Amino acid sequence: MAESTSHAAPQGPKPTPKDQGPQAARPKPAPEPTTNNQEPTTASSPFEPRLVAFLCHYCAFAAADMAGSMRLQYPPNVRNIRLPCTGKLDAGQLLRAFEEGADGVMVAGCEEGSCHFLKGNLVAKSRVKWVKTLLAQVGIEPERLHMYNLSSAMGPRWAAIVQEMVERVRGLGPSPVRGGVSATTSSKAGRVGDGGGQAAGSIKSEATK
Amino acid sequence: MIVGEQKPFEQIVKLIERYKRILVAGCGTCVSVCFAGGEKEAGILASMLRLEAQKNGRPLEVLEQTVKRQCDREFLEEMATKVGQVDAVLSIACGCGIQFMAERFQDKIVLPGLNTRFIGVTLEQGEWAERCAMCGDCILDRTGGICPVARCAKRLHNGPCGGSSGGKCEVGKDRDCGWALIVQRLQKLGELDRYSEILPPRNWTTSRDGGQRKVVREDLKEQGRIEPR
Amino acid sequence: MTEAAAPKKAKPPAEKTPPPPVVGPVSGLEKLIKAGSFVVTAELGPPKGLDLEAIHKKVGILKGWVDAANVTDNQTAVVRVSSIATAAIMVQQGLEPVMQMVARDRNRIAIQSDMLGATALGIRNVLCLSGDHQTFGSEPGAANVYDVDSIQMLGILKGMRDDAKFAGGTDVEGGRPPLFLGAAWSPDADPAEVRTLRLAKKVRAGAQFVQTQCIFDLAAFKLEMKKAGDMGLLDKLAVLPGIIPLKSAGMAKFMRKNVAGISIPEDVVKRMEGNKDGKEEGTRLAVETIQAVREIPGVRGVHIMAIEWESKVADIVARAGLKKGPGA
Repeated sequence: MAESTSHAAPQGPKPTPKDQGPQAARPKPAPEPTTNNQEPTTASSPFEPRLVAFLCHYCAFAAADMAGSMRLQYPPNVRNIRLPCTGKLDAGQLLRAFEEGADGVMVAGCEEGSCHFLKGNLVAKSRVKWVKTLLAQVGIEPERLHMYNLSSAMGPRWAAIVQEMVERVRGLGPSPVRGGVSATTSSKAGRVGDGGGQAAGSIKSEATK
Repeated sequence: MIVGEQKPFEQIVKLIERYKRILVAGCGTCVSVCFAGGEKEAGILASMLRLEAQKNGRPLEVLEQTVKRQCDREFLEEMATKVGQVDAVLSIACGCGIQFMAERFQDKIVLPGLNTRFIGVTLEQGEWAERCAMCGDCILDRTGGICPVARCAKRLHNGPCGGSSGGKCEVGKDRDCGWALIVQRLQKLGELDRYSEILPPRNWTTSRDGGQRKVVREDLKEQGRIEPR
Repeated sequence: MTEAAAPKKAKPPAEKTPPPPVVGPVSGLEKLIKAGSFVVTAELGPPKGLDLEAIHKKVGILKGWVDAANVTDNQTAVVRVSSIATAAIMVQQGLEPVMQMVARDRNRIAIQSDMLGATALGIRNVLCLSGDHQTFGSEPGAANVYDVDSIQMLGILKGMRDDAKFAGGTDVEGGRPPLFLGAAWSPDADPAEVRTLRLAKKVRAGAQFVQTQCIFDLAAFKLEMKKAGDMGLLDKLAVLPGIIPLKSAGMAKFMRKNVAGISIPEDVVKRMEGNKDGKEEGTRLAVETIQAVREIPGVRGVHIMAIEWESKVADIVARAGLKKGPGA
C-alpha cells in the first residue's frame, strides 16, 4: 500500500501502548505493534484495545486532523494510516492488520456519494463486508472490523467513532490472535483461550514479496 | 480463461493440518484474472491460514509465492527455492498448475486449494460464466455461435428440450436456455434454416471420452535439443 | 463435426444377407392407427421399489380402456423400476406398452442394446425423450449421459430397423428390431419459432407418432396443427394430443406457472373456479377437449395423462364415448 506509513492523529493523544511496560517506548507509531510484546493481561492491567484505522485522505483523515486542532479528547488506542482513498484498501491489508496484532480495525471513508474518486468508498464497503466473512472463517469476531463514513468537516464525529470503536472492541476483549502471528515456526506455540495470547514469536511475515 | 474458485476455507485448513511449513503457490494467469488464485489471493489465503493457526494454537509457517504460470516449466523453476523450504505446497492454480507442480517437484506434497470450474468469460466484474466445454470438435458454425454442449444442461444437439420456458433453462431460472439463444440468434442473422438441419450423433473421441488428450506440433518442437541432465 | 465414429475395421460384408426388412404394423397401436382408429393411450408410472402388485393393479385399471399405455422411464429423474422390465410385465399381462426411453441415462451402446433386449421381450412401441434433468430427481448428484439427444436416438433406432445398421455402422445381425417409433411434442413450448420446425426434425429422424404436452389452449393447438399440416408432416405422423384431467383451479394455476410448455387460458381457470366439484369439472373439461381435438385434422387419438389418478382414465374414456371397457 502506497501510504502505509502511519499517522497518529496529529494533535490528538499519542498512541500509547497501554498494555506494555513503561519501557516500551515506541520508536515511531507504526501499524505493527511492537515485537516480542509479552502482555499478560492480568486483572491489574485492564485490557486496552489496539486499533488500526485506515483513513481516506480526503475526508476521515482531514476530520482526524480537525479533531486534533480542536483539541478534542478521544482514546489514544488508534493508529491511523492514510490512504489516497478507501478504495485502495484490499482484503490482504485488512487481514495483515490482524496478523500484526490489532484488536480492531476501522476503515473510515467519505460519505456515500461524496467519494473523491466517485465509488472508492463503495468498493471499500463491499470489501469490508467480504473481509468480515473471512474473519469469521478464521475465528475472529467480524465486529472487530468496521467501516465508517464521514466528511472532512466532522472532527467531533471522528472523536466519537474512535470512542465507539474502542468501546466495541473493549467489549469483545483482546483479539484471539493478539501478539501477532509468527511466520516462523520458531518457538511459537501460542495457547488459546487465555485472552492475552501467548504468541511470542516474531511478527515478521514472510508474506512480503 | 480458466475460471476457478477457492475451496472452502475450512476444507483447506483440513488439507494442511498435518504440515508445519507450507507454501501457498499462486498462479498469475487465468485464476489471477478471476480473483481466485493470483498473487493477491495467495496473500489473503496465507494471512487467513496464519490467523487461523494462531487462533487455534497450531504452529504453522506460511510462505507465499506467485509465478506467471504454473502450467509452464520455466515459471515453476522460480519456485524451487521456496518449495524446498516447506513440507507441502498448497497450490491455488487450476488443476493443470497443481498437477504440473507435483510433476516438477516429485518429492513434495502438493495440495489443491482451488476448484477448477470451467472455461468461461467475464460477464461483468465479479461474474463469470461458462462458454466452452472443450469437446474438441467445434460446431459453432451450425449453432449461431452459441455452444449447445456448454450452454444446454443436456448438451442437446437438436434442442430445445421442451423444459425451458421464457428463454430460461429448466435447471435454473438464472440460466438462459442455450437453445433459445441459438434460435434467437439464427433468426436475427437470417439463418434459421440452419435449425432444420439434424445434427447427427457426435464422435466424442475428441472430448474427454477419447482418453487423455494431447496436441503435438512437430514444427514447434525444439530441433536437435540437448536434454538437460 | 465429424460423423459418428466409423468402426475401426469395417470388414467387407462376407456374403452376409441382411436380415429381412420389418414390414407392416409391428404393434397393436401402429395397426390401429394405420387402420384409422382413434386410439387412446395413457400413462403408467412404475413403482419406486419392487411393488409389483402396484404394476398389476394399474394394468388392471387401464386394460380394456386404452390401446396402449406409456411406461415412464425414471420420470422426473426419480429412480423407479426400469421401463423395460415394467413394459415386459405389461406384455405378459396383455396391456400393450409404449416404452419410454430417455437420453439422460444411456449412451448409444446402451440405447441400442436395451432396444434389442426390449424387442426380444415383445416390446414394440418406443417413445424417445430427452428426459428431465437429473437435478430435479432423487439422484441430483448423478452424471447425465446425453451422448445423443432424442432426435438422434430416433435416427439410430430407425437405422437399426430400416437399414439394419447400428449407429457405428456395423450390421444388425439375424433380425432387425420391429419398432414403432414415437416422440414427444410440445406445441406450446418456447421458443415459438421452432415448435413445428423441431417436430419436422423428429419426423425426419424417424418419429411415426407423437404424444403432445397437455392441451388446454385449443386455438393455439389448432394453429400449430395447421402449420404442421402445411409442412406436410401429418401424412406420415400420428398426433396424439395430451389430455390432463384437472382436479382444481389451483392445479391449473400451479401448472400454468410451473410446468414448461403448457398454456392454460384464463377461461379454463375461470371455469374450474366456477365449480365447487373441481374433479368433476376437470373430467368434463377433459372429455370436451377430447371431443374437440378429435375434429382437428391429423389428430389420430389422445394420450391421457392422469397423474397418480389412473382410475380416472376409464371414466374419461367412457364419457368421451371412445371405448366401452374390458370385455366390450
